[in-house]
Amino acid sequence: MSQNERDFLNTPDDLGNFGPYGGRFVSETLMSALDELEEIYLKLSKDPEFQAAFDKDLAHYVGRPSPLYHAERWSEQLGGAQIYLKREDLNHTGAHKVNNTIGQALLAKYTGKRRVIAETGAGQHGVASATVAARLGLECEVFMGAEDIKRQSLNVYRMKLLGAKVTPVTSGTKTLKDAMNEALRDWVTNVDDTFYIIGTVAGPHPYPMLVRDFQCVIGREARQQCQDQTGRLPDALIACVGGGSNAIGLFHPFLADESVTMYGVEAGGLGLASGQHAAPLCAGRPGVLHGNRTYLMEDGAGQIMHTHSVSAGLDYPGVGPEHSWLKDCGRVNYVAANDDEALAAFRNLTRIEGIMPALESSHALAYAAKLAPTMTRDDIIIVNLSGRGDKDILTVAEIDGISL
Amino acid sequence: MSRITACLQNLKQQNKKALIPFITAGDPQLEVTVPLMHRLAEQGADIIELGIPFSDPMADGPVIQLADERALANGVTTTHALEMVKSFRETNQDTPIVLMGYLNPVEVYGYEQFAQDAAAAGVDGLIIVDLPPEAAVEPIKLFDAAGLDTIFLIAPTTSDARIARIAASGRGYLYYVSLKGVTGAGNLDVEGVNRKLETIRKTTDLPIAVGFGIKDAETARLIGENADGVVVGSALVKLIAEFQDDRDTMMSKVSEFVQSLRHGLDQ
Repeated sequence: MSQNERDFLNTPDDLGNFGPYGGRFVSETLMSALDELEEIYLKLSKDPEFQAAFDKDLAHYVGRPSPLYHAERWSEQLGGAQIYLKREDLNHTGAHKVNNTIGQALLAKYTGKRRVIAETGAGQHGVASATVAARLGLECEVFMGAEDIKRQSLNVYRMKLLGAKVTPVTSGTKTLKDAMNEALRDWVTNVDDTFYIIGTVAGPHPYPMLVRDFQCVIGREARQQCQDQTGRLPDALIACVGGGSNAIGLFHPFLADESVTMYGVEAGGLGLASGQHAAPLCAGRPGVLHGNRTYLMEDGAGQIMHTHSVSAGLDYPGVGPEHSWLKDCGRVNYVAANDDEALAAFRNLTRIEGIMPALESSHALAYAAKLAPTMTRDDIIIVNLSGRGDKDILTVAEIDGISL
Repeated sequence: MSRITACLQNLKQQNKKALIPFITAGDPQLEVTVPLMHRLAEQGADIIELGIPFSDPMADGPVIQLADERALANGVTTTHALEMVKSFRETNQDTPIVLMGYLNPVEVYGYEQFAQDAAAAGVDGLIIVDLPPEAAVEPIKLFDAAGLDTIFLIAPTTSDARIARIAASGRGYLYYVSLKGVTGAGNLDVEGVNRKLETIRKTTDLPIAVGFGIKDAETARLIGENADGVVVGSALVKLIAEFQDDRDTMMSKVSEFVQSLRHGLDQ
């Protein structure tokens, strides 16, 4: 690995830059809040007491470590590499999102803010935020696109049961990006008493760094578990990428392992050629949105485009800036899986392994189904099963023409 | 001396305050913007802020969000906004024009090309909401070279140390965001604004315009007592939206409103 190629190992720099990506592009009102958050995080991330509190919550509240499961029947069916599933779906609240909200809730508690806000797409981050808020007795408001509220009604009700206020966002495309705009507007207005729990590795510095750090528990565990179970490192890692927090969490602890190939799977929607997708790394170009410079889906005038994916959690026109840098460095391969391929993977894993994956994670599974047969039976793939599919039952039933 | 600086110095000598209305380019229709700009100038606007619409205006309240959506539905781009300024300049060489918007459309246009084209069109200044001075070091060089004033925001949450840094980067005037919130919010605190203006003036001699939450002659008068200028955006854009289907009425309503603001400021 050349010096240039290793640039991705020590990111971000002091200004939050991952190569040319990342940074802090926000209105002035938020600059002091971000300075304060950065200062507190840098201090606490080196504080053994804070780390111990985080580890304790992950063990006893989230239920970590999550298993690394050898999907033997599925591997046999595909007839190639052995596939191991990192079971983030077994976490409390059903997805990897809670790793991050536990961490940010501890930060919120430390800063003494009485209220937390969050944006959500599929609702998993909203649920994970409402959960930690309930546990700490904090007021919680979740911003969610009106379109997403329709397709994720179960999670909306879960958040309400947890005591959160769910505020529909009707501006723009009424999806995740607009929910993030609205959360930023709320934060500008209530910056004195509110902590913004961003759900992915995007947004202004220090969010991409701190969310990554909280999610890296996935990759650290997987690395150890793979060595314990197989005596070696995996050959390939696969994770879906919307904002990219589950992917960075899995990938990051393996970045220096040159023998490990990595695949980030974006939402191909109706196909990259159709324009109806959410795959900025595969088909976008760099720009600035939501406080960071990163690959975006934008038109020729710099307006952010409408995205499409069957999975609400991947339906976002941007991506975490570290992924943009890993793409340019060539360290991670970014590919896309279409709606149909993800749905097929959803159905197949459910039937063959008795595990119902989230539609987001199903994109990673769909790519594994393509990759595994091209490898040998001695090869090892780890797929991040980032969430469980219960929340998607209504969506799948609707596609099947069944009303529940 | 830039057209903005000359304008503000001239007003100061007359002991007057700058009235700075904001409208969104291409809202409600493309062809209305230039006549609206002329109307604003005729009725007493000293500087005009022209918004470049963006799909994700995260610092704006609902009124300007909707204006952006209308403008984008009309197909308005950065290029259109520049053409509007060029057209305005054909008959008005005096009123400074400040383009206000978000970074991504500028980034996509290309900083150098944008600086050259904006200057050629007759633009005088730029406010890029999500470009803080830390990230603006290189762009400012290009904007300076083209003779464009880069105008920065200062917020109620801005520390004294940051005020100094922002003032050092700022050109033309500083834009003080009067409240914690988005454009058009209703929680204006005049006393708080005055205290912050006092702090800022200890650091810089740049004129200070105050915006966000100034909605009528009375709030303009109160803020104008201590600021060098007031920016009125959402209240004006709301009026334009209300009468978007009746251009004559819209123009006369806009005239009445701008006159009332002028009157409030000149009291």
